Amino acid sequence: MAQLETRIALPQRRFGETRRTDRWWLQPVAVAAGLGAFIIYSTWAAFQGAHYTYAGYLSPFYSPEVFGDSAHAWFGPWPLWWPSWIPYSPAFLILWAPGGFRLTCYYYRGAYYKAFWASPLNCTVGKPLKGYRGERSFPLILQNVHRYFLYLSLIFLVFLSIDVYHGLWFTNSDGAKEFGIGVGTLVLLMNVILLGSYTLGCHSLRHLIGGRKNCVSKTAGGGLPYKCVTCLNKRHMRFAWFSLFWVGFTDFYVRMCSMGVFTDWRLI
Amino acid sequence: MSDVTLRIWRGAEGEGAFEEYSCSYDPGMVVLDVVHRVQAEQAPDMAVRWNCKAGKCGSCSAEINGSPKLMCMTRLDTLDTSEPITIEPMQSFPHMKDLVTNVSSNYRAKKSIRKFKPRAPDNADGTWTMHQEDVDRVQEFRKCIECFLCQDVCHVLREHHLHDEFVGPRHFVYSAALEMHPLDTEDRLADLKKTQGVGFCNITKCCTKVCPESITITDNAIIPLKERVVDEFFDPVTKLFRIFKPKKTDS
Repeated sequence: MAQLETRIALPQRRFGETRRTDRWWLQPVAVAAGLGAFIIYSTWAAFQGAHYTYAGYLSPFYSPEVFGDSAHAWFGPWPLWWPSWIPYSPAFLILWAPGGFRLTCYYYRGAYYKAFWASPLNCTVGKPLKGYRGERSFPLILQNVHRYFLYLSLIFLVFLSIDVYHGLWFTNSDGAKEFGIGVGTLVLLMNVILLGSYTLGCHSLRHLIGGRKNCVSKTAGGGLPYKCVTCLNKRHMRFAWFSLFWVGFTDFYVRMCSMGVFTDWRLI
Repeated sequence: MSDVTLRIWRGAEGEGAFEEYSCSYDPGMVVLDVVHRVQAEQAPDMAVRWNCKAGKCGSCSAEINGSPKLMCMTRLDTLDTSEPITIEPMQSFPHMKDLVTNVSSNYRAKKSIRKFKPRAPDNADGTWTMHQEDVDRVQEFRKCIECFLCQDVCHVLREHHLHDEFVGPRHFVYSAALEMHPLDTEDRLADLKKTQGVGFCNITKCCTKVCPESITITDNAIIPLKERVVDEFFDPVTKLFRIFKPKKTDS
């Protein structure tokens, strides 16, 4: 039966062929441009290893600063045993975790499969490759590690929240710490809010917090946490992009302040 | 009354070509109406499957300007009638004649899904007690009208013809309706992973976009099933917890 059905299939679309009349190419192009720009900027910023702090602010690309030269560093300067031929930057210890979270995110997977792998370019548009294994085998089967990156990202949210607290304290002319709010503080705060909205709307979290049960009403909190995550999950794509843009902008803002290009206005 | 040009696929068993028909249409008409007008006035031998004309039977699925849609729910005033409108059969299924395809592979796939297996009744009178919110979650999946537009748009079936290894979005919706049911005790996860191919889905969400019943297929059915498969087969921590925790049959 299967052979018979294959024999009478309609003509297959060639790569890029479609009878769609809308601008179907816009979505993959926009995703490729957005993700590509972020990857290029974040890689460049990570390799700089400088201008990632200003006043109490710390760039989210470098938070937490495990080793480094700034006052934010947990364990002081970069260890001496580090081979000199390997480039180092505090961001190298950090970016793999949120990067992995986004790489394995269910939303981003669908988006970059279209934008970078043309699998497919868009719905009902002909594909370039005829062989297909999906996420059943190596390497894409590794996407199932997503929930572990979620755990790490939840921890990072705590660190970023602490950074907002540090951003509330400024050194006055006497050298003492005083409370204040600068534009940078609000930039850091917005970063936590957007990253939190994105992370807490994760599909894996939705599953782990109650979706894995058939009776969600019997899960912790009477199913309220599940409802809250579901609410954010409905806007997952929106928060994925907003948070991606804003985390890049936050690094850019701190960098520009540190380089003396921007002036960080004190609001309080 | 205005005129529209339709490019309709004509032919049988995969062979054929587009033929153009000019036809008048009235305000408020849907694509199925003008196809019927063409059939009545110009091409009485044209095969087209339809039934309810109300978007509830799922019979008149086709591809209109390259997008899988129900012909009876696609109003002409939503299309650019200054250009020819392309109407062709669903690409994922064996072609029979003109706009009609053989969708019987879907019924075979549905039979491969383990049936509903409720837990023992909660009450002495043989009834169960369920919370409304638990029922609401699976209620969405019951809106499916089996139009198979989601099967048509899915590139795993459409481009790769993996009908024997991948049951497709419609049947993941059906599996989810059973697997997440508050009374169900059956375990379908091994089937989903091994024989029904949930791992082939790469979350392009095309199925969600074309669903005429607005079922959030990917986010509410497929991804939760994928996560349950991860629990069962890929997550070592969950596996470890299961060793120390007896398997429940009621939730």
